[in-house]
Amino acid sequence: MARYLWGRIAQAVLVLWIAFTVTFVLLQALPGDAVLIKFQGGDLNLTPAQLEEIRLSYGADESLLVQYLHAIGNVLTGDLGYSVQAGVPVTTLLAANLPSTLVLASLGFAVAVVLAVGIALVSSLTPFAWLRNVLHSVPSLFISIPTFWLGITLIQIFSFRLKLVPVIGGSTLESLLLPVLTLAVPISAPLAQVLVRSIDEVSVQPFVSVVRAKGASPSWVLWRHVARNATLPALTIAGVLLGELIAGAVVTETVFGRTGIGRITQDAVNNQDVAVLQAVVLLSALGYVVVNLIVDLLYPVLDPRITVRSGDRRANRRAGARVATGASA
Amino acid sequence: MSAGVKSVLAEERAGDRPGPGVTPPGEERGAKRGRRGGRSGRGRRLPFRPTLLLAWAVLAVVLLWALVPGLFTDYSAVSGTPRDRLLPPGGAHWLGTDELGRDLYARIVHGAAHSLSAAVVAVAVGFVAGTVLGLIAGSAGGIVDAIIGRLVDVLLSIPGLLLQLSVIILLGFGTVNAAIAVGLTSIASFTRLTRSEVVRVRRSDYVEAAFGSGGRYASVLVRHVLPNSLGPVLSLIALQVGTAIIAISTLGFLGYGAPPPTPEWGLLIAEGRNYIATSWWLTTFPGLVVVLVVLAANRVGQSIGRGAQAGRIR
Repeated sequence: MARYLWGRIAQAVLVLWIAFTVTFVLLQALPGDAVLIKFQGGDLNLTPAQLEEIRLSYGADESLLVQYLHAIGNVLTGDLGYSVQAGVPVTTLLAANLPSTLVLASLGFAVAVVLAVGIALVSSLTPFAWLRNVLHSVPSLFISIPTFWLGITLIQIFSFRLKLVPVIGGSTLESLLLPVLTLAVPISAPLAQVLVRSIDEVSVQPFVSVVRAKGASPSWVLWRHVARNATLPALTIAGVLLGELIAGAVVTETVFGRTGIGRITQDAVNNQDVAVLQAVVLLSALGYVVVNLIVDLLYPVLDPRITVRSGDRRANRRAGARVATGASA
Repeated sequence: MSAGVKSVLAEERAGDRPGPGVTPPGEERGAKRGRRGGRSGRGRRLPFRPTLLLAWAVLAVVLLWALVPGLFTDYSAVSGTPRDRLLPPGGAHWLGTDELGRDLYARIVHGAAHSLSAAVVAVAVGFVAGTVLGLIAGSAGGIVDAIIGRLVDVLLSIPGLLLQLSVIILLGFGTVNAAIAVGLTSIASFTRLTRSEVVRVRRSDYVEAAFGSGGRYASVLVRHVLPNSLGPVLSLIALQVGTAIIAISTLGFLGYGAPPPTPEWGLLIAEGRNYIATSWWLTTFPGLVVVLVVLAANRVGQSIGRGAQAGRIR
């Protein structure tokens, strides 16, 4: 077990390191220059010599390798560089903007889980075939809707037609309502698909027939026996969902004019503020890697049928994804 | 919605996916066949599927929009009559007009060429790079496979949109750059799928027979392994077209795609957003078109994927 644990951690660190290196190489190869964008022209009327001095102070003149080693050292000590545009350290910028995004993302995720579980449960319990068909096609519809358009359409309907939610102002709750819904819809779709599918798969297992034969009602079977086995596979897409939450937050914040990570990301792209974008990319890669690591380590604990063969992650994951014969029957 | 989740689902629907979240393909196929009583294998008469037909029809119409927009509208996409600004949908202008008096329907029709060609470039980038990488990883194995596997892990660990923004900050704004950025994010899906297909096909009897009867490595790879790995890949291509259209319209909406006079669909929505209080049609119709096209592409991809699986069972 310990060997498996360390192997997985080493793998996670490796992926993070490659991610950092790739983004560093990509972004440092930029033809543009954030210093020039900010300071050239404008009212400052800086001489070329002064511009050069500013660039020197950002360490922009050293060789790529030296800059890379510097950057790695800085990241390891928690220094993510300096935002040229905002004029503050990137960590300060992130700390100031993270809370609002976290609130949006966690509420969006919670609503998405409710939506997905609702779709999955109702579609498996309903006696009406037409309702089941409708519910089964809901996730594919959700996936086909661009997030930004969904947000605009919700504003259109709820703010301008029905006048239920004020466009500007309003309480905190009111201002969160539409953004959270916008973010929740695309997140709920893959979750609902995985749930529907694994409920279908667990339902044909022999142990379910046994429970039914003993006279259990459909809802009892679903709650007590199927649901427990069917929710585990949903864990495996947690990392992907996290990435989707971050991307969704960027778009949602833009549409609704909210401050947050999305806003600073967009500003960073507009101003070629590389350090900020790299920090955001690194942060989301870190989130993905950590979430997947936790899921991998947690899976054998949650599902005792799975035994860890050291170092064989793929086999383990597959076993995890497999909804095997019923231990809970 | 960006590439991350879509690509996972796409791969699931397309067939094999090694890794999290899905039953191994063999098992799933077995289960499906069991449930459907072995119907899927023999006697493959094409059943009447209205939604599939509709999906093909939508794609055909949009393709015609892109190829011969003149057949569908007489109005210009870039110049309008200022007198007719912000007209609601009606007889003369089916979907209304925008703030410069341009016909919205004409702009959507002409925009199809931009959105579709960008999607095609994006999918082509992902398909070519991903298939080559997957083919190499699947047939070489060992350390090469491990290195490519880690690269795919890295690509998957960064949310699609952020990866696209990183590429755009590098290449600059514009339609082609946005398309390349979107294509890069889909490489991971294609690599994984192709790799798993190659590994599956390579172990089959006919490939061993081809080697046994003296086939050279490269020729067996191209003549036997590649064609037999392509079914699920075709399905993934259709699904990725849908993903790419959404991603490209998102980048267009954020202002990183085509520059303003272009009637690109995401840009149409971004421009219409300024008149959201008075002119609902400016954002609603382009968005509906995007949703319809993506739904159609996904439906078609799904049916190709099922076809590939059924063929394999046989």
